[in-house]
Amino acid sequence: MAGTQGEIVAAHSLGFQYAGSTSKALDDVNIVIRQGEFLLLTGPSGCGKTTLCRCLNGLIPNFHPGEMFGELLVDGVSVAAETTSELSRKVGYVFQNPENQLFALTVEKDVAFGPENLGLTREEIRGRVDWAMDAAGTVALKDLAPYELSGGQQQRVALAGVLAMKPSVIVLDEPTSFLDPRTAEEIMSAVDDLRRENGITVIVVEHRLDLVGRYAERIVVMDHGRIVADGKVEDVLDSEFDRLSRLGIGLPKVSLLWSLLKRDGLVSERLPTHVESAVKMLSERLRN
Amino acid sequence: MKIDSGDFLAIMGENGAGKTTLAKQLNGLLKPTLGRVTVDGDDTTKKSVAQLSRKVGIVFQNPDHLLFSETVREEVGFALKNFGFEPGVIVKQVERTLEAFDLAHYVDISPFLLSGGERKRVALAAVLAWEPDYLILDEPTIGQDYQQKERLRNFILQLNSQGKAVVMVTHDVEFVAECNPKVVLMSNGKVLAQGQADEILSDDGLIEKASLVKPQMAKLFSQLDGFGFPRDVVDVHRAKMLLEEKLLEVKVRVAQSS
Repeated sequence: MAGTQGEIVAAHSLGFQYAGSTSKALDDVNIVIRQGEFLLLTGPSGCGKTTLCRCLNGLIPNFHPGEMFGELLVDGVSVAAETTSELSRKVGYVFQNPENQLFALTVEKDVAFGPENLGLTREEIRGRVDWAMDAAGTVALKDLAPYELSGGQQQRVALAGVLAMKPSVIVLDEPTSFLDPRTAEEIMSAVDDLRRENGITVIVVEHRLDLVGRYAERIVVMDHGRIVADGKVEDVLDSEFDRLSRLGIGLPKVSLLWSLLKRDGLVSERLPTHVESAVKMLSERLRN
Repeated sequence: MKIDSGDFLAIMGENGAGKTTLAKQLNGLLKPTLGRVTVDGDDTTKKSVAQLSRKVGIVFQNPDHLLFSETVREEVGFALKNFGFEPGVIVKQVERTLEAFDLAHYVDISPFLLSGGERKRVALAAVLAWEPDYLILDEPTIGQDYQQKERLRNFILQLNSQGKAVVMVTHDVEFVAECNPKVVLMSNGKVLAQGQADEILSDDGLIEKASLVKPQMAKLFSQLDGFGFPRDVVDVHRAKMLLEEKLLEVKVRVAQSS
């Protein structure tokens, strides 16, 4: 049974406290995510972003001991009632640290591991592996061992392995932290293409808003285990700028520049979220 | 290449360019098969890693390669104990370092219960605690929010002012733009260029070759062509000063003509 039309994730008063911890890592989280959305999840270090993501594919509560509160539905089914193996067909997770998910002797075998375990036909597995390796730019690495790759190359292989599962939701936990900036942009753009072409829902955890801001339609900001802002990227940046700076969110430098100029009464428009709009607004003013 | 005391250097370049391999040469974790690396005049092939690491501290890209203790306190005190510091000194150093990295409240917690960004900071603290003369940081800003980066930047500047050299391997162009260190740009195992960050990061040709992207301010100013701005603007504060001046001129001109 699918959930309410288009709802792929729905959390109602979701909370979680790790065993041995004295405070809740998630506290009264309410959120609905629709199929095909590109969502940026951010907040200060230790705010509960990774914990929320771990709930989505059932790593919490199945593998991380602790107490869960409230309800979390993925594709209409409560994660508490599903096994992680069942959930991982729906939710693909690219970990912060790629080493945590690579283990096979070659890149190709690593990418094939997921689909092989789904019991698919040989042709289907072949097709998925080729497609995923191509989409993540790892074809040239296919015969190498994951452990001999650089951090960034490992990150791409991890992404390919998740893509090969063809999940409806992909969670990327700081996917670009090990990548050079160009590769990071390529990966984000590849993920965005996948979303457009296949309607995959994308959830990216990231501190660097400048990198993801242009693809994400929606930003969710967390602090102390709670959601403190949720809306369109441009709207949230403009209306919550001071609060986001206080929280230590890595705001795009053009937005920061604009807020400084605005404070001095030199510009009045809404904060730009990327360079192109700042160039346009500034050129108009300077041409006067 | 040569690194002097008090230097602040960023090694940048694409994935697989050889940045981490170079960093590991600096404390003898890797020894050169061709050429020579010397630390304070000593050839690294003639010294053990244990001897070199008293002088050269290295913080790995992945904190989990370094962490193993049961509490944050033990982790940060471990090297100090091995180097034979007095118990009193250890307590003070651990306290001071944890304070500097906003970790004091985790002192009795297992590092493995912390978030990715927090573990990275524990790893930093564990190395900084023994105050090595030269510090190698492999991707220090991974998983760090803006405030933590500011803290890190201040800490590095403080170390520099004490005459300590800091070398960081990083992809974080915005962090480099803010710090404006010397940059060693690498590609395919070779040094492509060396220079101040604002020159390198605003050079289209080099950026392209090294698979980097320009910082947002450099992008902005290269597109604000024809207004007479310099092209090597990479940080927000310089950008603000330049724009402020021009925007005020425009204001005055508009006021005069009306």
